Amino acid sequence: MMDSTCAHSSSSAKVMENGEQPHVLAVDDSLADRKLIEKLLKNSSCKVTTAENGPRALEVLGLGDGQHNNLEGRISKVNLIITDYCMPGMTGYELLKKVKQESSIMKEVPVVVVSSENVPTRINKCLEEGAQMFMLKPLKQSDVKKLRCQLMNRRS
Amino acid sequence: MEVGQMQSRLADYTKSLFMEGILDAQFLQLQQLQDESNPDFVVEVVSLFFDDSEKLLNDIARALDQQCVDFKKIDAHVHQLKGSSSSVGAQRVKNACVAFRNFCEEQNAEESRRCLQQVKQEYYLVKNKLETLFTLEQQIVAAGGSVPMIELSF
Repeated sequence: MMDSTCAHSSSSAKVMENGEQPHVLAVDDSLADRKLIEKLLKNSSCKVTTAENGPRALEVLGLGDGQHNNLEGRISKVNLIITDYCMPGMTGYELLKKVKQESSIMKEVPVVVVSSENVPTRINKCLEEGAQMFMLKPLKQSDVKKLRCQLMNRRS
Repeated sequence: MEVGQMQSRLADYTKSLFMEGILDAQFLQLQQLQDESNPDFVVEVVSLFFDDSEKLLNDIARALDQQCVDFKKIDAHVHQLKGSSSSVGAQRVKNACVAFRNFCEEQNAEESRRCLQQVKQEYYLVKNKLETLFTLEQQIVAAGGSVPMIELSF
């Protein structure tokens, strides 16, 4: 459930409980959009890794083909995945499914799907598959702030 | 021309782009993201948009020239162009793409070619305007001034 009373701090970095900044994996085939989302996230005190497609994103998560899913060995835990829906090859929806079908703790990582198109069947499909949220592009700073707040509330 | 005059000229020029619908609020978002840690953010993102667009426009033109037009492929390209123009606030380009996609769906080659011309026109217009805007900004900075944040009420 979304907590609509989350606090908006105007001061500097609101950090995670354990002292770390949330690590967000942003997936989008457009270089301009990756640059944009990265800045929006950094402005909200997030650590950011970007990936240009689904397979690359899975590699970052340690779920790629041929990768040993060694949770202890993973250096940087991803706290949130934001993925574009429309991508050539593996779509954002397919990436979402792969994450949610994991038997490991990786399936708990919240996945937000973004799209420039407001298609109700698409939105429902993603939510049914376990997406945390579906958001419309282009994202604004206020969208990212809201998202980060949600993430904080989820963890505490 | 002294800095104050240059700043007014830039403000008026920027406002006109919004009034004419060439840019929308998303462009303001980009400007707001620019800061000391990323002083060239807007130029960088817009440059990526230019590179992307030119490639897409060429791909679309090539696809429309084929004996057997692949409308699905063209639609995918137009969708991408719509997305990136939307991300930088190039409103008229975005709108032209929306119209284009309708004809792709109808598999209408002639109308699609007309749409491509329309999209190209809007693209070169926004490119030209933004390059002028960036030049005006550079002139202010070169003269020792700072680029003021535009206040616009929508």
